[in-house]
Amino acid sequence: MAEKKEQFEPKIIGFLCNWCTASAADLAGTTRAQYPPNMHPIRVMCSGTVDPMYVLKALLSGADSVMIGGCHPGDCHYVSGNYKARRKIAMLKQIFKSLGLDENRIWLRWISASEGPEFARFIRQITEETRKQGPSPMASDWTV
Amino acid sequence: MTKSATLEVKDGKIRQAINGFLKDLFAKKVVKAMLVPLAHPAGTNVVQALISDPANLDNADVYAPVMPVNSAKILQAMTRLTPTDRKTAVVLRPCEMRAVVELIKLKQVQPDNLIFIGIDCPGAYSVKNYPKFVSEKKTSDDFVKAGFMWADDAMLRAGCQICEYPYPLTADISIGMLGLEPGKVILQADTAQGEAALKTLGFSIDTDSDIAKKRQAALTKLAADVKERRKKFFAKTKEEIGGIEKLTKVFASCIKCQNCRQACPVCYCRECVFISPTFELESDKYLRQAEKKGGIRMPADTLLFHLTRMNHMGNSCVGCGACEEACPNDIPLLKLFQLIGSEAQELFGYVPGRNVEEPLPASAFREKEFEWIGEK
Repeated sequence: MAEKKEQFEPKIIGFLCNWCTASAADLAGTTRAQYPPNMHPIRVMCSGTVDPMYVLKALLSGADSVMIGGCHPGDCHYVSGNYKARRKIAMLKQIFKSLGLDENRIWLRWISASEGPEFARFIRQITEETRKQGPSPMASDWTV
Repeated sequence: MTKSATLEVKDGKIRQAINGFLKDLFAKKVVKAMLVPLAHPAGTNVVQALISDPANLDNADVYAPVMPVNSAKILQAMTRLTPTDRKTAVVLRPCEMRAVVELIKLKQVQPDNLIFIGIDCPGAYSVKNYPKFVSEKKTSDDFVKAGFMWADDAMLRAGCQICEYPYPLTADISIGMLGLEPGKVILQADTAQGEAALKTLGFSIDTDSDIAKKRQAALTKLAADVKERRKKFFAKTKEEIGGIEKLTKVFASCIKCQNCRQACPVCYCRECVFISPTFELESDKYLRQAEKKGGIRMPADTLLFHLTRMNHMGNSCVGCGACEEACPNDIPLLKLFQLIGSEAQELFGYVPGRNVEEPLPASAFREKEFEWIGEK
């Protein structure tokens, strides 16, 4: 029997807002929506609390991509946390661009508590895209 | 509209003329104290000192080409708890002034009762190179008269060579020389407080004088030159450090001493997250991290430290280069921080130190912006 070529399984870390995307993940589960198991969720109280340091730590420690899920603009449980998250991620992505790093491994998405199917669709999308990008060069480098 | 007066310079002795002006601020009771660079008796350095006796000003050497510490850091130590209760003049280089503005926004400096005196800055050498300048029997007057040549003096600190604003943006009084004949000095009042101080000293204030216009024209031309120079510099830097492989090479010599953080004027946290319990881990956590990748560099999180600092401070980076000066292993930190800083600042339309009313990018937002980031 020919040896089966092992398929690359991306490791994705997700920071999910307690009030929207984390609930959407629950909803996707209870409605039995199908999506790949590659995303490891970390529930946070607001997308605005996600310091770029956490995203960097994930990427430098072995994640192939990172997602941040927050409430749609205007719907933040804390009024403006998601707008601040957007600025932080804009900054992080800009720094990646300036340094020639791959900013496409950082995803910010607005997914509300009622969007279970959208959550499942997005996890399918990010998993497939990351699979196409291949393993992150940062993830396996011991010197970073 | 510029309001300025001419400072009389006798026999080309610029240092003496400036020191005379500073002494006058004490004599006419405009100030009771002053933070100003004084020549150290050792002769090998010029250090900032807080003085109350104007006699000390005989040793003042504002234009000596050395900047041991960014004075914004000193003002933070002085005024974070309480503002000064007596009028205090502070003589600052432009990058120090810009850092002060950032620290005021960050509630680290209380500017009450301070009078900011800025200078047109020809740049500075590293503390370790300054003795060489002294041993060649050169003085600050020689240095200034040689002209302002940030791009042509290879011994200047890297930050000075690509300085975007070598002139004060927000001082009360600017000591102006740019674009003027060597030996000519103007005092430009950029605030009501500055104008009042000059009037008390008996200067006659001219509005839009020819000499002030000449300087202004030089600043405009300078801005265009600097932009071009920086563009080339950043393009070259990107080639040198672009990509994770080159980037890790740049930091190969990092020992994570965190001197860069300590020296940075705008890295203001009392307790940095990198010395907090967040990074105090049990042995099994280190071992688990090592297992994940087969091995990790120790001390851990070296690159994370630098990239996080870029995220936290990049928008406020004034390009003073204190980080690079503090690095024991000559990592080109100024290059990296100015590259990411200038591009991020452009993204947010922000100039650190331009205006104390301008909110820090991380503390503000607009409803319609960066919509490409959260879209499907």
